Amino acid sequence: MVEPVLQISDLVKSFGALRATDGVTLDLHPGEIHALIGPNGAGKSTLIHQICGTVRQDSGTIRFAGQDIGGLGVAERAQRGLGRTFQVSSLAPEFSALRNVMLAVQAKQGSSFRFFKPAMLDRSLTEPAMTVLDRVGLAERARIPASELSHGERRQLEIAIALALGSRAFLLDEPMAGMGPEGSKTLTRFLDRLRQEAPILLVEHDMDAVFALADRISVLVYGRIIATGTVEDIRRDPAVRSAYLGDHD
Amino acid sequence: MSRETVVNFILAALLLAVPLLANAVGQPFYITLATRIAILALAATGLNLALGLGGLVSFGHAAFFGIGGYAAGILATHGFSGEPLVFGLSGTNQMLVIWIVAAVTAGLAGLAIGAISLRTSGVYFIMITLAFAQMVYYFAVSWPAYGGEDGLSILVRNQFPGVSTMRPLSFFLICYVVLLAAIGLFALIRASRFGSALQAARQNPVRVATVGIRPFRIRLTAFAISAMMTALAGALFADLNRFVSPSMLSWHMSGELIVLIILGGTGRLFGPLAGAALYVIIEYALGGITERWQFFLGLILLGVVLFARGGLLGFIAGKARHG
Amino acid sequence: MTFALALEQLLNGLQLGVMLFLMAAGLTLIFGVMGLINLAHGSLYMVGAFACATVAAWTGSFWLGLFASLACAAAAGAIVELLVIRRLYDRDHLDQVLATFALILIFSEGTRWMFGSFPLYLDIPPLLQGAVPLPGGTQYPLYRLAIIAAGALVAFALYLLISRTRLGIRIRAGESDREMIGALGVDIRTLYTVVFALGAALAGFAGAMVGALQSVQVGMGEPVLILAFVVIVIGGIGSIKGALLGALLVGVVDTMGRFLLPKLFVLFVPPSQAGMIGGALASMLIYIVMALILAVKPRGLFPPAHA
Repeated sequence: MVEPVLQISDLVKSFGALRATDGVTLDLHPGEIHALIGPNGAGKSTLIHQICGTVRQDSGTIRFAGQDIGGLGVAERAQRGLGRTFQVSSLAPEFSALRNVMLAVQAKQGSSFRFFKPAMLDRSLTEPAMTVLDRVGLAERARIPASELSHGERRQLEIAIALALGSRAFLLDEPMAGMGPEGSKTLTRFLDRLRQEAPILLVEHDMDAVFALADRISVLVYGRIIATGTVEDIRRDPAVRSAYLGDHD
Repeated sequence: MSRETVVNFILAALLLAVPLLANAVGQPFYITLATRIAILALAATGLNLALGLGGLVSFGHAAFFGIGGYAAGILATHGFSGEPLVFGLSGTNQMLVIWIVAAVTAGLAGLAIGAISLRTSGVYFIMITLAFAQMVYYFAVSWPAYGGEDGLSILVRNQFPGVSTMRPLSFFLICYVVLLAAIGLFALIRASRFGSALQAARQNPVRVATVGIRPFRIRLTAFAISAMMTALAGALFADLNRFVSPSMLSWHMSGELIVLIILGGTGRLFGPLAGAALYVIIEYALGGITERWQFFLGLILLGVVLFARGGLLGFIAGKARHG
Repeated sequence: MTFALALEQLLNGLQLGVMLFLMAAGLTLIFGVMGLINLAHGSLYMVGAFACATVAAWTGSFWLGLFASLACAAAAGAIVELLVIRRLYDRDHLDQVLATFALILIFSEGTRWMFGSFPLYLDIPPLLQGAVPLPGGTQYPLYRLAIIAAGALVAFALYLLISRTRLGIRIRAGESDREMIGALGVDIRTLYTVVFALGAALAGFAGAMVGALQSVQVGMGEPVLILAFVVIVIGGIGSIKGALLGALLVGVVDTMGRFLLPKLFVLFVPPSQAGMIGGALASMLIYIVMALILAVKPRGLFPPAHA
């Protein structure tokens, strides 16, 4: 079996008496979408915060691409290829989609102190940026300012930026939030293709999207993973039905 | 060509045409007016780099303007008297040398002031840059060696190889060429990788930091370059008036530089020139009618801030566009 | 250097400090509650001084003048808030700087228009003329002591106002949560006008008090304004306590620096140069102190918790 890209073992985080993360073990394999679901207050966002580094775990390990990243800061994790997309913000809302991605390429190259060559004529920036935009399906919208892109397109741009930064896995925190039905469908199709680029840990409330996309699903309740399995496994699991899905039916 | 490009071209052409015409009909006063516009536009172009591109509202750029002015005044004084300046170095009356000294001195001052000020942001940054400029101002006022409060006269305008600088038109042309070069440099920087990072650091500093571009270093560099450009303008301003005084360092000067940018249009290539032209024309036209022209300038400025936020270029050429 | 001379300078520093506090308290209150940077605060100081000098000249009473300074500055503050300032709360700091810079031009030229370019003079009221003996045998002007007392009284009153009254509760609520205060049913627009007028009255009061020590003229508010900026940056913008300590620090450091530094340099260089170097350094001293404090604490000594 292939080694997982992301492997979380026995992660624990308490806030006072509350165990927000209670011994979570979870992994993400190349090419898969692993969905993390659970009722509100189950500790999903605390878990995501620990993975991307904004919250430090009390105990347990987080391994990414074969290395222990549990002690690293946010930026260092991002530089190693752990891509987290933010809810709405672009790098530079006034810039075009292309220049946003170019900025990410430039950041990846570590070459911001060049003063004279126009960036738009610099093929070592524009070409990789256009390639990435093409991969996420935004090539035709490359010249549009990020602030004028639609909600869904901005998500795509975020992912393009993450790809340009060399992300090898994505943490997507509720990408469907605030999308209309049409937008959700388009984004679902997009994420379906994206798993070929890099595996995705998907936190999402939209069950239609989760069931359509996920290779595996983990259910988090009160800081614990109560079940992990395929869509069918999860649908059938009695514990999940009573603890969580039951509320929806 | 976009509408803004056309407007920019017309502005540049007008600034050249007026002094040429004034020279032809023997009205040197208008040449001086145009020279003043060019120099103020140069100073504001420097500030525009920090303020317009970087979003760094420096209320202390008079410090750099004045440092440039005093570099010219002090070097010229020593050049004239023959007294060595420091470490046995002599003064000079060569503009090229003076410009380098002015820019380097202001660049170093910019690094020092920026290194402390850029640890803060928002209102703190505004007030701290203001306070540092006041520090330089009070130093100039209380240091008697170079005139203190009374200022320092430059007896003969400094020299430029192959040009008779005492002719108003020649001196204007020097200032004009320097201004165009500075605007060109501004355009290059704006379009460069550095410019991308600087503008992104203004739009979303937190996000930019997470991709590994550190806003502090980018901003500090921009602040220092900005200081150097403004100091160059200060050196030319001293040569224009053949006089330097602490008023070049005063906080009114800092305020005026910001006003020029806003009158013209923030962050735009020719905003400072449009603003400087408008400012000098308002000063001249209103000043001819009433002694209290600053009262009306205040009203106009208030109107622009409250109701016409794009400035003159925003009014003529529409919304600013970015690549 | 005698003890008495040093004590006198220390009192001068305190007197400068309490004046700066009156300015800085208004500035920091306005920033804390409304998020506004007001450059025209120095103009309100000038308005207070001119009102006091004019009314005192008409009526012969300094006290009526002092009352007029409070009333005029508060009224000018309220009018400016209603006409201009309230349009600026949602704007960025750059717009606020420019608009209030424009107000300075309008106030300064407007005052010159009304009163001419010559300074006015304001006499110290008879009640407060004379001097008080200090330990060590020198005399200290009673009026300056009265300023220190008045400043301390205002500081205490301000403390009571903010900690004990309904207005104070609203001001504190406005500082911590603008949404909440609206939800509480407080008329936020009126509150803002009142806070701005209060800050203006404090500035006007300071202007009137100092007007009797210096001449009353256009532009008198600007050096004080910039010192007050230094004060609130050192103290932490939005903090009244920070403003008080910052003001006393700046007042004492500035005064003592001017007094002591030239004496200090005499130990190292010839007296003629000592005066020059010491004087120049003293004029920059508070800015150096500010830079040092900010290098360690970029948000000042008492940054408000929510900022």
